[in-house]
Amino acid sequence: MIRFEGVYKRYPGGREALRGVSFHLARGEMAFLTGPSGAGKSTLLKLVTLIEKPTRGTVLVNGQNTARISRRGIPAFRQKIGIVFQDHKLLYDRSVFDNVALPLVILGLGPREIARRVRAALDQVGLLGRERHAPITLSTGEQQRVGIARAIASRPEVVVADEPTGNLDPELSLDIMRLFARFNEVGVTLLIATHDLELIERFGGRRLRLVDGMLDADGDAAAMTGS
Amino acid sequence: MRRWASLHVQSLKSALARVAREPVATAMTVLVIAIALALPSGLRVLVGNVSALSSGWQGVTDFGVYLEPGTDEARARALAEQIAGRPDVAGVDLVTSDEALADFRARSGFGAALDALEHNPLPHTIVVRPAGGPDSDLEGLAAALGALPDVDFVQLDTEWVERLRAILALAAYVVDVVSAVLGVGVALVIGNTIRLEINSRAAEIEVVKLVGGTDAFIRRPFLYLGFVYGLAGAGAAALLITAVLALLREPAAALAALYGSDFRLAGLSPLDASVLVGGGALLGLAGAALATSRHLQEIEPR
Repeated sequence: MIRFEGVYKRYPGGREALRGVSFHLARGEMAFLTGPSGAGKSTLLKLVTLIEKPTRGTVLVNGQNTARISRRGIPAFRQKIGIVFQDHKLLYDRSVFDNVALPLVILGLGPREIARRVRAALDQVGLLGRERHAPITLSTGEQQRVGIARAIASRPEVVVADEPTGNLDPELSLDIMRLFARFNEVGVTLLIATHDLELIERFGGRRLRLVDGMLDADGDAAAMTGS
Repeated sequence: MRRWASLHVQSLKSALARVAREPVATAMTVLVIAIALALPSGLRVLVGNVSALSSGWQGVTDFGVYLEPGTDEARARALAEQIAGRPDVAGVDLVTSDEALADFRARSGFGAALDALEHNPLPHTIVVRPAGGPDSDLEGLAAALGALPDVDFVQLDTEWVERLRAILALAAYVVDVVSAVLGVGVALVIGNTIRLEINSRAAEIEVVKLVGGTDAFIRRPFLYLGFVYGLAGAGAAALLITAVLALLREPAAALAALYGSDFRLAGLSPLDASVLVGGGALLGLAGAALATSRHLQEIEPR
């Protein structure tokens, strides 16, 4: 589903954020992307979401080579990916409903279908009944869950999350991670960047550890704690 | 089709909501647009009025045929009848020298000075009313009358009408140029307003791009916003012109009455009004299109 082949990313100014990263995340797999800050986690996610393109190497998402996607093709590409942000990136002048509905409106769905899917997404994150609320009246954890509902509302096959629990206390963080694990159970491919090692200790599954722009380790949580 | 329509209804609603959120700033913008549109449109209406007035004067091309001094009155009458018989003459009026003198005495107030004259210095005059319309050969008629025996000279007083027409044509041209310049100005004002709106909504645009919003989707509400500004500005301009013309109507009628005319100031015609409002809306759309094409690409998620 997500395949990196010898990917380098050099930013203008010469800083090399990624240096020869290769991995493959299969359909339906869930992986945590870890590493110290500045190791290239954000850059890697930006390459997946086409905010950036690789300097060298190949990034394949959904079978598409991102280097071959033109500016005009980016919206259609992003419509198939759910993105969760550390700072939620909600629209604070709109209701919870309208925030979650945004990707569905972009897809051009009818009002009835949009209402149905928004409620389904809010139900999954446990916020059904809050549609009419303004995001600002919700707690940080709830706002993050609205952001997650928005990411999954269009039922994307791939969801990427950049530090989704960055601002949350351990209890709420665990909730969010359990939510992601549930999506994974129904077949969604997930790539979650986090520096919260304690949290992912409690989850099994694959870990990609970036250090200094290179993949330091790739394997099972269990195997890695053993090493 | 219904989805497409509902997307557009949504964009229009969101544009109106943005306008409603800052009523004072919106009112100022709309007023600037209204004044910029009202100026050329108002001038156009005024030039149209003066043109209508001057075309009313088209028939007033009577001219005077002055006879040689000393021509006797019987000869003058004979000449008047001869001229009246011409097919290109609608009618004549003979003003004898005595009548002219009496008239002059009554109007000028130089009665005492005239009494001092030994004889009447004024000639007999035949006022000729040509038959033809504006295309008729007035110059030719004047020349023919001037060649008649005992005619001193013919005064064809159409030059000032020609000059007025030329001035009006120039004024109409100036109004066209001013309209074009101010039209560009309105598009730029709206474009700038949209640019500020885009900047203030950069975060939102970024989010919409991240969840896969196409350029058209992002552009649409801003285009509607420009359209609404243009429409509202042009509507306000139409009201402004109508109000000013309503204020001018009474004084203009009073002035016309002094000249014995029943001239009435014409307002903005329905056609003018729809051209103004439609043009305003199009200018708004153009300004918004300019701003969105230039500034939306600058906002990319980082």
